[in-house]
Amino acid sequence: MSIGSVPLRFKVEIDPERCMKCGRCVENCSYGVFRKESDNIVVANSRACVACHRCLAFCPRDAIDIYEKPTDYRTHPVWTREVREAVFNQAKTGRIIVAGMGNVLPYPSIFDRLVLDACQVTNPSIDPLREPMELRTYIGKKPAALSVKEKPNGDAELLTKLAPNLKLETPIMIGHMSYGAISLNAQTALAKAVTKMGTFLGTGEGGLHESLYPYQDHMIVQVASGRFGVDINYLERGAAIEIKIGQGAKPGIGGHLPGEKVCADVSCTRMIPEGSDAISPAPHHDIYSIEDLKQLVHSLKEATEWKKPVFVKIAAVHNSAAIAAGIARSGADAVVIDGFRGGTGAAPRVFRDHVGIPVEAAVASVDAKLRKQGVRNEVSIIASGGIRQSADIAKIICLGADAVYIGTSALVAMGCRVCGTCNRGTCAWGIATQRPELTKRLDPETNAVQVANLIHAWTDEIAELMGAAGINSIESLRGNRDRLRGYMLDEGLLNVLDVKTVGA
Amino acid sequence: MCGIIGVIDKRRQLMDGSKIRESLALMDERGSGEGAGYAAYGIYPEFADAYALHVFFDNVRENKPALVQELEKWGRIVHDEPIPIYEAGIKKVHTPWRFFFKPDVTKAQESHTSADDIVMRLVMNTNSARKGSLIFSSGKNMGVFKASGWPEEVANLYRIQDYKGYLWLAHNRYPTNTSGWWGGAHPFNLLDWSVVHNGEITSYGTNRRYIESYGYDCTMYTDTEVVAYLVDLLVRKHGLSEKLAVKALAPPFWDEIDAMPAKEQELNRALRLTYGPALMNGPFAICVATADTLIGFTDRIKLRPLVTGEHNDRLYISSEEAAIRRIEPEIEDVRMPKAGEPVIGRVIA
Repeated sequence: MSIGSVPLRFKVEIDPERCMKCGRCVENCSYGVFRKESDNIVVANSRACVACHRCLAFCPRDAIDIYEKPTDYRTHPVWTREVREAVFNQAKTGRIIVAGMGNVLPYPSIFDRLVLDACQVTNPSIDPLREPMELRTYIGKKPAALSVKEKPNGDAELLTKLAPNLKLETPIMIGHMSYGAISLNAQTALAKAVTKMGTFLGTGEGGLHESLYPYQDHMIVQVASGRFGVDINYLERGAAIEIKIGQGAKPGIGGHLPGEKVCADVSCTRMIPEGSDAISPAPHHDIYSIEDLKQLVHSLKEATEWKKPVFVKIAAVHNSAAIAAGIARSGADAVVIDGFRGGTGAAPRVFRDHVGIPVEAAVASVDAKLRKQGVRNEVSIIASGGIRQSADIAKIICLGADAVYIGTSALVAMGCRVCGTCNRGTCAWGIATQRPELTKRLDPETNAVQVANLIHAWTDEIAELMGAAGINSIESLRGNRDRLRGYMLDEGLLNVLDVKTVGA
Repeated sequence: MCGIIGVIDKRRQLMDGSKIRESLALMDERGSGEGAGYAAYGIYPEFADAYALHVFFDNVRENKPALVQELEKWGRIVHDEPIPIYEAGIKKVHTPWRFFFKPDVTKAQESHTSADDIVMRLVMNTNSARKGSLIFSSGKNMGVFKASGWPEEVANLYRIQDYKGYLWLAHNRYPTNTSGWWGGAHPFNLLDWSVVHNGEITSYGTNRRYIESYGYDCTMYTDTEVVAYLVDLLVRKHGLSEKLAVKALAPPFWDEIDAMPAKEQELNRALRLTYGPALMNGPFAICVATADTLIGFTDRIKLRPLVTGEHNDRLYISSEEAAIRRIEPEIEDVRMPKAGEPVIGRVIA
């Protein structure tokens, strides 16, 4: 091969002084980095290391070091290592590069250039430990006005019938990660966590496994272009239904679950033959216009007797605002905007890193457009794709979201080290894999506690942020751009966000 | 800070402004000399059918002809004159003027447009687009009088004691968000709604975006403005009672709603779901007046004081008991309403 090999990405070393030769690194590494040789443990293949840190986490003596290998390439400001390696790889294979997890390019984060407000003197901050702080959120259609018949004796009769809404005790939901993309144990842990916290989890387009039926009241079932696992039983089990048009990590394309991940159980849940590739097309083959979408929304509602909210998820793209306005009029109860930092099990790298826009700008423009058209009340906005911490949640709610989906952070709460190789199906943490020897590493009970802890902690932090801003109900944070200021953001972006600059 | 006082006579017996002036001046501690104002209902019986538009002109000669032209496009000016002002130690920044205006609904583009709608649009258009003209009061048989200054100075400027009304609101301002200017003084008014407010509305950003999507433009640079518009939307346009409107603006907590009987729970949940963006947060005590009603309420955890008193036919609502006693020393029935609980007084005659 004329190109030869590219240099190592990570260098793995074992400190022989500290190593007690227990062999846990050999057992834990699903990438075959370590090998037992007679009585010794050796680093057999540093090249295979993805820095998932499973070995580090399980080494009882802290004997392992992993570091990103410096130099190797002649430095160049434009032809970076990533760019050159991609060229090498594609020159060798002639194929699209597939990668896992989210966007890895260092686009500046808008979240990190927005700061929140806090009260001083003239309006008191509210102490969430002593005063009620309301984070309860209802997702779904709301009427523009209420009709109430009031009688002389003071009784009031509500004449308006409200559409079904999802009741969330915290504005944090977990987004759609299918059984197939992640393991059943991982999905079970997430389902247990949302049930405990009074919120919801998306099934992804993998169907709903029988063992998750006990949590179905906290699950949002997804209808994607592949329609995997979709039948009336599935629709009726979900608390809500989500139509996936697009996804932040890969706008404009479909999905692909490789046949090797389609084990017997996955095949059953997805309703496809075992070992077959599960390919979801880029478009839904019955949706080529907003009218078609409207028909699907109505069909799903009709099929479930108008008892469930129907969401529509789109990737954040340049024209999100106009698209969302169309969706609002399609009868959908919520529009999910998935930003370009969203994660995925597998995506063409060129899409993951270069297509779409940040969720902050998309949500701000969607909220503004819906208000301008007078339909903001008719549809909820769920933001996802790039939510890393509680402050991001408070900020995106100020920009107009009702609630958020988290994905990667929920996986990180279960041990994921964001190594970016979910697409390979060899996740050493038992999350993005279907291999029994790996999936059994993930205990749904303890992981459910960790995920619930994360949601709990973030909910408390949001309550503290609200209290500091003198706000005791999340309704008053939603769309409250006055509580945000832009720090070192350009004027154009400040206009899109409708946020003033710091000091103003 | 800020001091507020409101009084309604349920039999429409008229009160002159002298007692209100004294009462407000008693709360000088709550102000900073940068704004005070009065609203009085029943003061223009000779023009009771016309909308009394109170306008601040920066320059009468320059700004008035354009406004007159605009008004004549939409109706008839029955009478107009400068609002009388007197030497009071206040620097005259604007010239207050009043028009008595009768809109002509046949001139509206859509058949369901009411006279109120025309006046509301005129107010919004003038205040957002016509520099140098600010309509700060637009109700019938009522008027707002306000300026930058101490309560007694503003009262002296307009000679408030000369007006006789059955419902009064007054406000002493301690501005913290925006500078003291004539338009920023309370009461805020739209049509018959007038509002005085002590506190800050931390949900202003949400409320403003909500109300703007219904065609109201916020131009006064201050949070109180939205209250008048929210009440107008909820009561006049959506047809809620004042009591339910207050429930929407300062609703019970979810824990309280969860504990209610099923029917009440359903209504309260529906109110919060529908009017979540109208919910007001932050510390506030607010008095809202309209032609036949005086409403007082505080935020949901009562971060600002509000005291009410009843005596014979009159209901008083104020920041301080002492301010009520200054008007009615004999008052016995003094109460402190609970957080978020509306206190409503209505005319019965």
